[in-house]
Amino acid sequence: MKHIKTINSQVLKDTLKKGGCGECQTSCQSACKTSCTVGNQSCENKNN
Amino acid sequence: MVHQYKNNGYNIVLDVNSGLVHAVDDVVYDVIPLFEEKQIDEIVNALEDVYSEKDIREAYEEISQLKSDGVLFTKDIYEEYIDKFKERETVVKALCLHIAHDCNLACKYCFAEEGEYHGRRALMSFEVGKKALDFLVKNSGSRKNLEVDFFGGEPLMNFDVVKQLVAYGRSLEEPYHKKFRFTLTTNGVLLNDDIIEFANKEMGNVVLSVDGRKEIHDMMRPTRNGKGSYDLIMPKFKKVAESRNQTNYYVRGTFTHNNLDFSKDVLSLADEGFEQISVEPVVTAETESYAIRKEDLPQIFEEYDKLAAELVKRKKEGRGFNFFHFMIDLNGGPCVYKRLSGCGSGCEYLAVTPWGDFYPCHQFVGEEKFLMGNVDEGITKPEISEMFKNCNVYSKEKCKNCFAKFFCSGGCAANSYNFHGHINDTYDIGCEMQKKRVECAIMIKAALAQ
Repeated sequence: MKHIKTINSQVLKDTLKKGGCGECQTSCQSACKTSCTVGNQSCENKNN
Repeated sequence: MVHQYKNNGYNIVLDVNSGLVHAVDDVVYDVIPLFEEKQIDEIVNALEDVYSEKDIREAYEEISQLKSDGVLFTKDIYEEYIDKFKERETVVKALCLHIAHDCNLACKYCFAEEGEYHGRRALMSFEVGKKALDFLVKNSGSRKNLEVDFFGGEPLMNFDVVKQLVAYGRSLEEPYHKKFRFTLTTNGVLLNDDIIEFANKEMGNVVLSVDGRKEIHDMMRPTRNGKGSYDLIMPKFKKVAESRNQTNYYVRGTFTHNNLDFSKDVLSLADEGFEQISVEPVVTAETESYAIRKEDLPQIFEEYDKLAAELVKRKKEGRGFNFFHFMIDLNGGPCVYKRLSGCGSGCEYLAVTPWGDFYPCHQFVGEEKFLMGNVDEGITKPEISEMFKNCNVYSKEKCKNCFAKFFCSGGCAANSYNFHGHINDTYDIGCEMQKKRVECAIMIKAALAQ
């Protein structure tokens, strides 16, 4: 495309299929202890 | 839902429901707001003074293509999954162990009130900690990865118990097919070479509390006799960072109304050689002199913008660092279920007091109405757990139409409770900062993709 550059390829809808395994980190554990940040975490589902 | 904004010279378009991010030129940026409401000829008429007809028509075609590919103007389909989501089986997978309700510093903004959490000074015994780990293993179902954070107060004031609990946790791994990930959060006062060696062997993550510039740190983080603690801890923190090869740790600071120019604190930590940095806004009652106020927001936004631009510059020069609140995983990020459910406090994550009581998270410790069980009896108030389990982005009115909802997952339950008296609301000033950080984080990805 000439006018648009798409930055990423993961479509959220696709994660409905195999999501929810719960192996990912608990959000508050890593560094922040006063806010909730989830979007920075990585999925740990080996089947995805 | 589409969210578009300009930052650091980039035109960013976030398609909220697909999670796709597009960097676009000016003509596309201006066509997008008109796209759903007007026909192509009307759009040409509206914009022909600014762009050529050819460019407008090309932009329209490209936008149409993205829409038909399902990556722009997508609908929110996730609310339909909420009932299924509420019925999900949850297990406990993380504990925050309050190893010491005592502290050797007297930080002015401490939500734990100098370590005591509205209660008495106390150290966790090995027996209580052992029961907590047994509870975790027993209630974690088939989850393999279990997280345990040694927290306080200052956990190194009870370091022998930390060591014993790590050894005990390791002894449970093989028989129960579990893997413990331990984290130590410390103010650094008692750190020494032996502890650093132990932490490097056993701790998956180490959180080192430091606020940034010496004068800022010393103002808010004095010792009990009123002296600054910066010079005492900094050499040790540098040693920790280097000995961990600049990974799997964070220097973690708090900024307040007193240092709204906090980008200087972040850069001060970067200039001291730290590569994993988290500096976060204080959360406290509006009556405190150092509280972040609504009128502080414009300056805070400017600081985030400045910091994001500098981060891009340094990364491109090969001397980058990670700023926790700008980290975002756009390609391998969490699934929708995780994004709906948030941090897991109260159901997947519990805090344990030195005497073995359970609370939904460390920030609720001391709030008696949230006391939900203990290491001897387990969960005695499942209704509290249920309340947290049902809390999600769609249970909060303010989140439903927010572009950042899949990045913050509805925000912090404790902040909601502290500002509104229940967990299904949001901390409004916090939301404004969160939205700004998400915008900056996405811009950084776009800038580094070039």
